[in-house]
Amino acid sequence: MSSPPRLDADPAEGESVGGPRHVGFWRRARRSPSFIAGALITGAIVLVAILAPVLSPDSPYQLNLYHILAGFSASHPLGTDQLGRDVLSRLIWAARTDLTVGVLAVIFPFCFGTLIGTLTGYFGGVFDTIVMRIVDVVIAFPFYVFVIGLVFVVGEGTKGIYIAFAVVDWVVYARAVRSTTLVVRESDYVAAARGGGLSTPRVLFRHVLPNTITQAVVYVMNDIVLAIVAVVTLGYLGLGIQPPTPDWGTMISDGQPFITTHWELATLPGIAVVLTGLGLSLLGDGLADALRPPS
Amino acid sequence: MSGPLLEIRDLSVSVARGDARFAAVDAVSFSVRAGDAFGIVGESGSGKSLTLRAIMALLPSAARLEGGEVLLEGRVLSVTGRRARVERRARVAMVFQDPLSALNPVRTIGQQVAEVPRRVLGRSRAESRRRTIELLGLVGIPDPVRRYDAYPHQLSGGMRQRVAIAMALATEPAILLCDEPTTALDVTVQAQVLDLIDKLRVELELAVVFVSHDLGVVRELCENVAVMYAGRFVEVGPTSELLRTPRHPYTLGLLRAVVDLDDPIGFLRPIGGTLPDPLHLPAGCAFHPRCPLASPECAVIVPPLVRVDVPHATLPRESACLHYELVEAP
Repeated sequence: MSSPPRLDADPAEGESVGGPRHVGFWRRARRSPSFIAGALITGAIVLVAILAPVLSPDSPYQLNLYHILAGFSASHPLGTDQLGRDVLSRLIWAARTDLTVGVLAVIFPFCFGTLIGTLTGYFGGVFDTIVMRIVDVVIAFPFYVFVIGLVFVVGEGTKGIYIAFAVVDWVVYARAVRSTTLVVRESDYVAAARGGGLSTPRVLFRHVLPNTITQAVVYVMNDIVLAIVAVVTLGYLGLGIQPPTPDWGTMISDGQPFITTHWELATLPGIAVVLTGLGLSLLGDGLADALRPPS
Repeated sequence: MSGPLLEIRDLSVSVARGDARFAAVDAVSFSVRAGDAFGIVGESGSGKSLTLRAIMALLPSAARLEGGEVLLEGRVLSVTGRRARVERRARVAMVFQDPLSALNPVRTIGQQVAEVPRRVLGRSRAESRRRTIELLGLVGIPDPVRRYDAYPHQLSGGMRQRVAIAMALATEPAILLCDEPTTALDVTVQAQVLDLIDKLRVELELAVVFVSHDLGVVRELCENVAVMYAGRFVEVGPTSELLRTPRHPYTLGLLRAVVDLDDPIGFLRPIGGTLPDPLHLPAGCAFHPRCPLASPECAVIVPPLVRVDVPHATLPRESACLHYELVEAP
């Protein structure tokens, strides 16, 4: 019998077969305006946080009680606060504090929630029922009431935020990943993988997870924003990061009494929070566009 | 002559819908020899795909095996659970209906085809790769070395179905279950894929079970065929004889509903009515409300699949119709 004729299988123009993994990712990312805008804003803020020692004109801790609440000037571009500290330097160092806490706080929920979502979605049964009832309970509980309660137990500072996020936030990932796992586990390619005799962990982590994790990865971006807002909120309530460590939330609450005379003290860190949130949200949207597998 | 390679006895599957369960596959039996092809034809929802899934021990979560045996070379296999799939390793493989969903979108086709040789059959990395490229070539993928690193979305539908077939062959099966592998493809590509399956059957001595709703496809590929209706086999026999002298009114209906290009008038004669709701199957023969030959006892007796006499028939024929002798030629 002659060999079957060749069929049209030429990949789309500009697409290289045999390129690196996820070759389409960057191509789609480049076409997504939200990805580009989000990456630029987030990248700039991360860069500022990393380069804080180089970029900040002054020490964020140096008090100068003879020179408090100074306006914009050449020596202090954004003025000084009520203790005479350089506002620009504190804003820059606060980026470091808040980004670190934001990122660290979501690592555990992301990993644990994704794992739980995959297992419950794939295996179902009693385990799934029990875990999902726990998820319902956790979701029903008001987050900030829980965090504030926890902070009183474990003490102020970032520890409470980490623990609170670890206890509460995994449920979001578990739910999202579980629902996509329910769809993926019925797919033909999972059936094919199981039918080929592959081990269950291999089916789970090489076939199911790569198709379900996208949502979780996208949500991480929004979640970092939520974590930063939580830090800022707790800082504002005086339960978060403790002075003198620079943090946008504490800066907002410290600046609030002077809002009529020195609006910039509360407004500038507020703008920094908004910018960070905007950048990460846009990046999340862009990632969702770029990670969506083409069919 | 050697016995059958694969034998199915009284396979039954039920499916949950809401709070109710219904029998989607009802006591299905058949066997296939190495190098032979067995066809199962029926409408959508008649239970064809579930039959294959049950043989593979890969039933979807809403379905449950109710009974029956799967025998491989005379040995009874486990029918559920991971043990069942281990027993089928390197023996039974399946090609799925939709090549779009049968391949994992986030992994290259090479990774997917090579995975079973590497992880299950214990081949070395280099050997798995070599074998994968060989298989991709065998199923007619041009330039398999370069395509090894392609993602499924970079291939056309026909190419993906070829990859899916290569993936099934990578398990080195003796039995290939094909679940309407050409339905999602256009006609020219369909013919090529059918030729490929036929060629592989001959060259690799595969036992093929081929499920389709297309009588023409089954006619080309299978020596023996079963016609399935509402979860039961209603007629079984050698394909050419069965299509020439059907002994069940449903088979006749299917034949008359096929476009005949040689017929100058060219009217299609569809079967009246629709497939019954599986939760409320009619009493007696499930086909009787749509059947032109139906008599009062058809609504009472569930006709069993029995040996029937057909003039000039050379091979055994079976029909599940009380009035099989009244069925006309198509």
